[in-house]
Amino acid sequence: MAEVRAEMVANVWKVVVAAGDAVEDGDTLVILESMKMEIPVLAEDAGVVAQLKVAEGDVIQEGDLIAVIE
Amino acid sequence: MFDSVLIANRGEIARRIIRTVRGMGLRSVAVYSEADADLPFVREADQALPIGPANPAQSYLDQDKVLEAARDSGVGAIHPGYGFFSENADFAQAVIDDGIVWIGPSPDAIRRMGDKINARNLMEAAGVPVAAGTREPVTEPGEAVAAAERIGYPVMVKTAGGGGGIGMGVAHDEESLAKAFEQASRAAARFGGTPAILLERYIERARHVEVQILGLADGTVLALGERDCSVQRRHQKVVEESPSPGITPELRARMLAAAVRAGEAVGYRGAGTVECLVDADAQDFVFLEMNTRLQVEHPVTELVTGVDLVEAQLRIAAGQDLALDATPTGHAIEFRVYAEDPKRFFPGPGKIALWKEPTGEGVRVDSGYVEGNTVTPFYDPLMAKLCVHGATRAEALDRARAAVASFALEGPKNNLPFCAELLEHPEFVSGDYDTGLVSRMRS
Repeated sequence: MAEVRAEMVANVWKVVVAAGDAVEDGDTLVILESMKMEIPVLAEDAGVVAQLKVAEGDVIQEGDLIAVIE
Repeated sequence: MFDSVLIANRGEIARRIIRTVRGMGLRSVAVYSEADADLPFVREADQALPIGPANPAQSYLDQDKVLEAARDSGVGAIHPGYGFFSENADFAQAVIDDGIVWIGPSPDAIRRMGDKINARNLMEAAGVPVAAGTREPVTEPGEAVAAAERIGYPVMVKTAGGGGGIGMGVAHDEESLAKAFEQASRAAARFGGTPAILLERYIERARHVEVQILGLADGTVLALGERDCSVQRRHQKVVEESPSPGITPELRARMLAAAVRAGEAVGYRGAGTVECLVDADAQDFVFLEMNTRLQVEHPVTELVTGVDLVEAQLRIAAGQDLALDATPTGHAIEFRVYAEDPKRFFPGPGKIALWKEPTGEGVRVDSGYVEGNTVTPFYDPLMAKLCVHGATRAEALDRARAAVASFALEGPKNNLPFCAELLEHPEFVSGDYDTGLVSRMRS
């Protein structure tokens, strides 16, 4: 199980995957936006998206849980 | 001369403009979003009006709110700074229609230069060299492939209406072209403006050198020297210097003359910048684009020429004649202090726990924040511009090393460690570098 957490304060611009999706290492899970920059958040392991904790438009803080990959 | 100026901007540039406005004995009016209420520019203006929430679309980019603030405060002129409305011809026209002086070039000049395809064609007609590229907007991936084959790879793909490097990408083959085209199209749709894309021949190992121009009230266009902006990450500038260490006096003279022709071609008034790509080996250049506004890195030119460019903008907008001695002296370098990590350059907003700016001979800091402020994720990551001036480039580098080392900053992630690293990097120190320098430092 791998927890994917936010590295910075950001807005969730796009949610690319849904809970239950199979993902490969390096797949984009969500795209954040901070300071006029798009920051893709990538899966660091292959697996299934067990939990997806953010929705488009959310403001998230550094350290917030974005997704859990199992 | 108008008696008051509203600054339709925020952060360091609002503060910078307020300094000159007040220095000229004029009244300064700031507008600010909820996220910026604690920033120094709000306090330092003679009057400050709240214009809405943090989201720029509902505050700094809300034309009605900005114009309403201008009417309420009864200002005589509006300075747009850079970004936001600075290159928006419709906003400029709305300001003028309201009977307020627009501190910038005419809406017509903004429009003609704002579309990069149109600007390229216009410059070619005015005898300014341009890179091989598309003369018509490219809207379909198939057209892009055909154009790239005609131009020859590698090609630069960019949005006709975009700025600040957003959506730009280099394609080396058909496969990477599809990706770059998709990225540019997405940026064009997202950041507004025209959906048109253009392709240009990409020059590897190029330097990015730009010429500061000033169109005077009487129609004369002056060139105030160049700035070398080749230290870039993600096609965005990090460090700028003048004079450029990579061009000969002969090339400089040709570039300055071409920049004057570019300004004359659109009847340019006020401060503007003609951006070029320089092939340092061949000592040749091509026109890249024109920015019809004050540039972030304008202090570099101010430090070598002694000209206050904001004051010049105000006087030109008021129709006054200028007696300028813009003979450059010495060497100036600007470092953009960004709220971003110094390795991958990802944003790092946060609360500023410690902030002590360096001081000393030849040091100038234009900053948007003080200790205790929070750098929020809503706007660009520029916190401050650390600028140095010295009699020679070597002296400027020494002063920069001391200034970077004594800048005490804690809280947001920041790129001061990158600036220190750059100042020891043999390529940068030698002056023989190009726009690929930062990528090479991080590969």
